[in-house]
Amino acid sequence: MLNWRSQRVRASFYQIALIGVLIGLVGWLLHNTLGNMRMRGIQSGFDFLLEPAGFDIGESMLSFTAAQTYGQAFLVGLLNTLRVSCIAIVICTLWGAVLGIGRLSGNALARGLCYAYTELFRNIPLLLQLLMWYVVLVEWMPDTDAPLHFRDWVLLSKEGLTLPGFMSEGLTLTPEFLALTWGLTLYTSAFVAEVIRSGIQSVPLGQIEAALSIGLSPWQRLRLVVLPQALRLIVPPLTNQYLNAIKNSSLAVAIGYPDLVSISNTALNQTGRAVECIAIVMAVYLTLSLLIAGGMHYLNRRAALKER
Amino acid sequence: MQHYPNTLLPARQPPLKNISVAQWIKHNLWGTPTSAVTTVILLLCLLWSIPSLLEWAALHAVFSADADQCQVARDIGACWGVVTEKYRLILFGRYPFDAQWRPLLATAALASLLVMSCRPAFWNRFLAVAWMLVWLLFFVLMGGGKWFGIPTGLVYVATDQWGGLPLTMMLASLSITLAFPLAVLVALGRQSSMPAIRSVCVVYVELVRGVPLISVLFMASFMLPLLLPTGTSPDVLLRVLVGITLFSAAYTAEIVRGGLQAIPRGQVEAAYTLGLGYWQTQRQVVLPQALAHVVPSLMNNFIAIFKDTSLVTIVSLYELSGALGLAVSGDPNWRPFKLEAYLFITLIYFCICFAMSRYSLWVERQLTHR
Repeated sequence: MLNWRSQRVRASFYQIALIGVLIGLVGWLLHNTLGNMRMRGIQSGFDFLLEPAGFDIGESMLSFTAAQTYGQAFLVGLLNTLRVSCIAIVICTLWGAVLGIGRLSGNALARGLCYAYTELFRNIPLLLQLLMWYVVLVEWMPDTDAPLHFRDWVLLSKEGLTLPGFMSEGLTLTPEFLALTWGLTLYTSAFVAEVIRSGIQSVPLGQIEAALSIGLSPWQRLRLVVLPQALRLIVPPLTNQYLNAIKNSSLAVAIGYPDLVSISNTALNQTGRAVECIAIVMAVYLTLSLLIAGGMHYLNRRAALKER
Repeated sequence: MQHYPNTLLPARQPPLKNISVAQWIKHNLWGTPTSAVTTVILLLCLLWSIPSLLEWAALHAVFSADADQCQVARDIGACWGVVTEKYRLILFGRYPFDAQWRPLLATAALASLLVMSCRPAFWNRFLAVAWMLVWLLFFVLMGGGKWFGIPTGLVYVATDQWGGLPLTMMLASLSITLAFPLAVLVALGRQSSMPAIRSVCVVYVELVRGVPLISVLFMASFMLPLLLPTGTSPDVLLRVLVGITLFSAAYTAEIVRGGLQAIPRGQVEAAYTLGLGYWQTQRQVVLPQALAHVVPSLMNNFIAIFKDTSLVTIVSLYELSGALGLAVSGDPNWRPFKLEAYLFITLIYFCICFAMSRYSLWVERQLTHR
């Protein structure tokens, strides 16, 4: 006999009701979508991934021409996203560590400058920072025939940064790539600095005094006493910042860097398959997030307190 | 065998309480060789950069709205004239020029209530009533036309003409207000003992947190019309608002959950012993403590949402940076001075966000001193 006063009965009822409502909602949305697609004559399915894309991509790590397929275009976009995010993550960790340790420096000028930097860069929307760096790079830099240069090694002009002697054939970085990587790095490092500072500050003073009293040098103190304890508190929020950096690299679409989101946007406009294009982007980002969260979780387990 | 002197060491100097400027400098800038070298290097950098920055931003800058003068001073000074010339377009976007007192008034009402809400003395139910009234005032002023058949006496302005600062502030504060209750529910659901409810909440939070806001916005603007019944096409502003709200609710929920986890089980058990039901327990015992724990993170999250509203420019809503593009990009006279215009809205964003982060520190102190 069902007894409404029993907690188990009520719990099952609530859960069945929630699942019923969700199934109903999804069904209703699906019904609407199919109806709308029929009415507007939109085709569905992922078969377009095998059709020729018909557009060029400004920069690509693989060779890409308009005759290649949409699927390959998405791959190029993914590689571009990964390229920017990886570079930004590596540099922002180093630069963020410098800034975070600088905030705790005994030197008041260094402390003040690091504080000013973090507050300034954290409190301005990334989109705005990217747009400004982009304007600086494409409108303020000299023309290609008279670039800013350091010897013949590094040339900087409206066309981007050129390293003629790099790996024998030279290397050119477009202004879009530069603005995105540079802006993303500066923005994320302000957050990384805060994470590292609060991690280091959370180590109790007694630990440092103990390290001093057994005569460790400053470097030994940092490496053997402070960092191992601080890392436990640093790794989880640092993971979040890395994930944010990857997700924020999607702002590339605002300055025309061909990352995954802007490629899918182009594909969406050409094929009209909104559902599929957005689904691909979301699936890729979700996979990336889960992979990195998993990897950092493994790292964190190693850094975590081992009680014996 | 080693001999130790049998005398007492002299007493150490007491720590300094009031130190002179010279002593402060010695302590903070000149204490060790490393510190001294750092000071010299940083000072040289500052001496090299600040004068040229000042020269560009102030000494050689053009403040009047004169494009020719700006062209002359182009390489040596900033052209703040672009702000003098375009500030109304930047602040209010495409809103009809003659009616711009309406967004001005609406923004002022919203901003003053926001500032008022910051004082704990005002935190009571009248504030909720005041918020509803101000939202009504805001939408009546911005939209005009007829409301439920009652003419307001103001010309109707469609939402696609709203823009600039009022749009930014409206999107941020409305999505925060709407996301918060949803976030609390999701956080409670994630802590629930019912597996179906828990997994629905987990999937929602992890799904949303795993994708960038841009894709959520694209979904709101391209996919939502497909998902709804044929013929209904909600306003783009509404669609974007729903997108931002759902997005920020997931992040807020994680923060609230952090607070919930910090509450000892004994509190819940004590409440149950007193005979409180689930909702009474949560509302009167758990949530007040849990939310007080996470005020700083909540404020940081609000700052992030405020900054994130700048992304709506990508789905063609003209908030501050979109309105700026509208004002400057199409005008060949002023196009070269886009950077100065960007710096102007950067200043607006910075002031608001910095004030919010200072306020969060203040609230944190208030809560810990109690």
